[in-house]
Amino acid sequence: MTAVAPLALPAAFQPSNVDYLAILPLLIVFGAALVGVLVEAFAPRERRHVIQVGLAVVGLLGAAVAIIPAAGHQGVTMGLADGSTNRQMFALAVDGPALFMQGTIVLMGVLGILTMAERFGGTGPDAFTPSGASTPGSANETAAARAGALTSEVFPLTMFAIFGMMLFPTTNDLIGMFVALEVLSLPLYILSGLARRRRLLSQEASLKYFLLGAFSSAFFLFGTALLYGYAGSVYFGDLSRAIASGPLAMNGLLLPGAFLVFVGLLFKVGAVPFHAWTPDVYQGAPTPVTGFMAACTKAAAFGAILRLAYVGLDTGRWEWTNALVLVALLTMVVGAVLSVTQTDMKRLLAYSSIAHAGFILVGVLAFDRKAIGAVLFYLVAYGFATIAAFAIVSLVRQNGAEATHLSQWAGLGKRYPVVAGAFAFLMLAFAGIPLTSGFVSKFAVFSAAVGTGGATGTVLAVVGVVCSAITVFVYARVIVLMFFSDAPDDAVEVVTPSVSTTFSIAIGTLVTLALGVLPSALLDLADRASQFVR
Amino acid sequence: MGTLVQTLASSPSALSTYAAGFATHEGEAHAATGVTAYAWLLVALPLLGAAVLLVGGRRTDKFGPVLATALSWGAFVVGALVFLAMLGRGPEDRAVGIDLFDWVAAGAFKVSAGLLVDQLSMTFVLLITFVGSLIHVYSLGYMEHDPDKRRFFAYLNLFVAAMLLLVLANSYLLLYVGWEGVGLASYLLIGFWNWNPAYATAANKAFVANRVGDFGLSIAIMVMFFHFGAVDFATVLGEAGTNANQGFMTAIGLMLLLGACGKSAQFPLQSWLGDAMAGPTPVSALIHAATMVTAGVYLVVRSAPIFEAAPTAQLVVVIVGAITLLFGAIVGCAKDDIKKALAASTMSQIGYMMLAAGLGPVGYAFAIFHLLTHGFFKAGMFLGAGSVMHGMNDQVDMRRFGGLSGAMKITWATFALGWLAILGVPPFSGFWSKDKIIEAAFIGEGWRPWVFGLATLIGAGITAFYMSRLFFMTFHGKKRWTDDVHPHESGKLMTVPMMVLALGSAFLGLIIGPTGLFTSWLEPVTGAEPEGAHPVIPVPVLMALTLVLVAGGAAFAWLRYWRDEVAVTAPAGNLLTQAARKDLYQDQVNEALLMRPGIHLTRSLVFADGKGVDGAAGGLAALVGGTSSRLRKLQNGFARSYALTMLAGVVAILGALWVIS
Repeated sequence: MTAVAPLALPAAFQPSNVDYLAILPLLIVFGAALVGVLVEAFAPRERRHVIQVGLAVVGLLGAAVAIIPAAGHQGVTMGLADGSTNRQMFALAVDGPALFMQGTIVLMGVLGILTMAERFGGTGPDAFTPSGASTPGSANETAAARAGALTSEVFPLTMFAIFGMMLFPTTNDLIGMFVALEVLSLPLYILSGLARRRRLLSQEASLKYFLLGAFSSAFFLFGTALLYGYAGSVYFGDLSRAIASGPLAMNGLLLPGAFLVFVGLLFKVGAVPFHAWTPDVYQGAPTPVTGFMAACTKAAAFGAILRLAYVGLDTGRWEWTNALVLVALLTMVVGAVLSVTQTDMKRLLAYSSIAHAGFILVGVLAFDRKAIGAVLFYLVAYGFATIAAFAIVSLVRQNGAEATHLSQWAGLGKRYPVVAGAFAFLMLAFAGIPLTSGFVSKFAVFSAAVGTGGATGTVLAVVGVVCSAITVFVYARVIVLMFFSDAPDDAVEVVTPSVSTTFSIAIGTLVTLALGVLPSALLDLADRASQFVR
Repeated sequence: MGTLVQTLASSPSALSTYAAGFATHEGEAHAATGVTAYAWLLVALPLLGAAVLLVGGRRTDKFGPVLATALSWGAFVVGALVFLAMLGRGPEDRAVGIDLFDWVAAGAFKVSAGLLVDQLSMTFVLLITFVGSLIHVYSLGYMEHDPDKRRFFAYLNLFVAAMLLLVLANSYLLLYVGWEGVGLASYLLIGFWNWNPAYATAANKAFVANRVGDFGLSIAIMVMFFHFGAVDFATVLGEAGTNANQGFMTAIGLMLLLGACGKSAQFPLQSWLGDAMAGPTPVSALIHAATMVTAGVYLVVRSAPIFEAAPTAQLVVVIVGAITLLFGAIVGCAKDDIKKALAASTMSQIGYMMLAAGLGPVGYAFAIFHLLTHGFFKAGMFLGAGSVMHGMNDQVDMRRFGGLSGAMKITWATFALGWLAILGVPPFSGFWSKDKIIEAAFIGEGWRPWVFGLATLIGAGITAFYMSRLFFMTFHGKKRWTDDVHPHESGKLMTVPMMVLALGSAFLGLIIGPTGLFTSWLEPVTGAEPEGAHPVIPVPVLMALTLVLVAGGAAFAWLRYWRDEVAVTAPAGNLLTQAARKDLYQDQVNEALLMRPGIHLTRSLVFADGKGVDGAAGGLAALVGGTSSRLRKLQNGFARSYALTMLAGVVAILGALWVIS
């Protein structure tokens, strides 16, 4: 029989003491999201947009500040205490990695919100449609517009997504993790379908994301069931202990269970072969949502992967590591190779994000505390650069619509040197050129891999370096296109953004530069935050 | 102690390198004091210039170029002061490390950004700042009427800063930063006149070739970190010189060489240099002749202990050098574009340096010595070519020159000194450096001295031919000018730097070569020249042979390009000439071997992405045939097949693991 008794809720269970300070950041974001729903219902129409943006930003900044006291209250909190065994069911693990990820997500969330708030000076033409289910120009849409439907509900939706993302790396059991996964996913499915222009593409993206997301959730749940069958518990601490002392006879459940749970998480980061949705959804979703999704979802899901790999299934590593190594190799190679011939900027960035997911996995698979720090750093570096990059993509337009085909970007550097220069810099960061955050983060994960990952780690790192060398050509091509090619006659224009988008582009770019030149402070912080509670 | 003596006996230069150059980093020896502590200004001054000019924008149009030039001279002054301070110390105390800040501290991986001021890096610092500043001055004249000259000077300053960082870095990682920086400046300057699509393509080509090289360097750094757990010179070179796994050293050495080949336009990554001549001429002189392209030689010499621990890698260095020196020389014979002929010559001369660097301790000092003299005479000749172009309405076809010696006396005289120097005519600079490389190439046992020695010897003969051809076609013989040109001498701003460089071409070698000043100066870093190593042919015979070949080459050129009439359009020529005109078909080879398979591969793979193919699909169907149609189904936009992919992926991976366990 397994080491831990199967879970049956006896009357002896009672809610444990909740450390409210520890979960304050989560509560603030959740509260702000709920208030956002009320605002949507009661605030006057003309001021709703401003109120929603303000509320979201204040909520997120408040959460960011609340992380400081929370850091002093680390530990497992909330959930049900089992009087007899001193276990805590459905608890939240507020520890270094969780808080670091929460901080990262809320700060990147601020930039995401600010980009979504872009209205180009007017009140109408933002990136979203007030009625996502309609076809452009249809009677439905006209009716919705006449009825005064607004697009400000994207802000509470985003806040719910952020809440789910913060919860994701904080949950300490499989069921909680599943709940967080759904909380973050459902708003994203909706947001993906709300593009004002190229609506059909957007709706298709939303539907695909939803269907495949549901499919991957099924994998996650099936894996959870298998692991529960193996360990008799879904709590990470129990899983770890059960694997350490468990009977070999049950191993038939462990490997598929572990891998299927990972599949659910790997889907979210766009790892191959669970990546197929990424290019389509990145392309179809409204660009500010794509940027937000690319940065924050990836951070949250990798936080969850780290916890699962280092806390829940750490003792069974030898069982599932090979599967993840395979996935990491595939992800890097497919992401890098397919990015080479992309002709659409958003799809290019999508494949780039797939390749980056592979690089981050290399760090995860180093199985070392240092590697956790490297992965955390990578997520920050990649996230800020990505939000800024997608924000710039949303500014390059032709006849009012976003010009995402690469050929439309030709000669951009000659006419808009500042914007193109910033974009080129971000490309260099994705490529991992020194003095950008991309270089330091790649070096951190790869050196962690060769340092502690053994022979496997070395192979992964070498493949990673080769793949990042391949992707350099992709980014170089964009730079060359912008600066060395002639602009076509029907040239695109860079629309002048409002303060909010300018701010997020500037911050994203500056963080990318700062982390490249003086990375030590954040590396140090990530390193200190790399201890999980169990 | 016993082992130490043994190691010392078996590898004297490696250990002395370690002892002299890097013990300083152990912390007990030399902290930077006095002016040396301000060596960071070398990088900071030009970087400041670039920042002011780029950020300041049009407001700095007026004073920007002068400011940039002043800052470049400022860097030279700092360099000279540091150099004087270094001379004031004993030879063993000259290397100084300067820690700047902790750059990366990712767990076990710690890199502090710091500078290593030693004899080798100071040699480069003086060359870069002096020649660089002269070229800044020259550019004030050359770029006078260019509307964008502020941007030009900003890039030039950026280049100087990056190049100084490259040679002063105390770790491979920081060197890599400078390495990328000079690459960036180089692309920006090659494509400076990017209104011309051909020039933009040239920048593109340089970018790609350099990326291949940089990829090698980054792999080398990764392997280094894996093997030594560090990437700073002190640790890596120290341990490479004492106890290192030869397999790893070979891997690192070959990857470093790949990096060097990309940056220094060595075979097989040489194709970009000729096209890089699209940049303004001062750029060609500074970046693509005197400094950046020699960074590969610096890298190999700096990494000497690694190469000494890896004889195979060392041999490959020599082979690459030998191939490139002949390759460049042959190509140089057929080029009618004055700048491209000079570029081929640069390639060939760097081949000499690379070959010398691969020879080990007998060659290091001469590789750097030739690099130094070459920096003067080649930069001088490029500036001369720029001056000619200035007088000839920016024409570059030598078949349309001829008889310019009368119209441009100063240019002619300075160019003549450079010409004599590169031919290796005593007592001009090139003689002292190139002749030594030829001698060193003839040292050794077995087949090597004969093959490599003969390569250098034949190379010298061909060099004499093509450089004389260039010189005679431009300055002598009949005037073959187009009707609208009125050649005139350039202004003082341009001629004075040419004169200074010509003086260097004439006397620099004589001053520091035969006197032994240079070799003894570099000895603590590169190790002593081994005693008792003699060329397989006696030195006087070798010297006579070289001079005869050089004289023969020059005489042949005189017959054909001075005495005889030169056709204004290129004659058909024999097969070799035709091949040489096309750079020995290197572009075609690259295309056939690398580009086409690469394009096919990526295009057939991209069929896996239905939306990515766009217009490319039509023409490609024929190429990739049936395979693609199966692959493209993978990303066809249908959610159902995506779901199937996921399911198949899960099943496949689980199945694979099942089979393994």
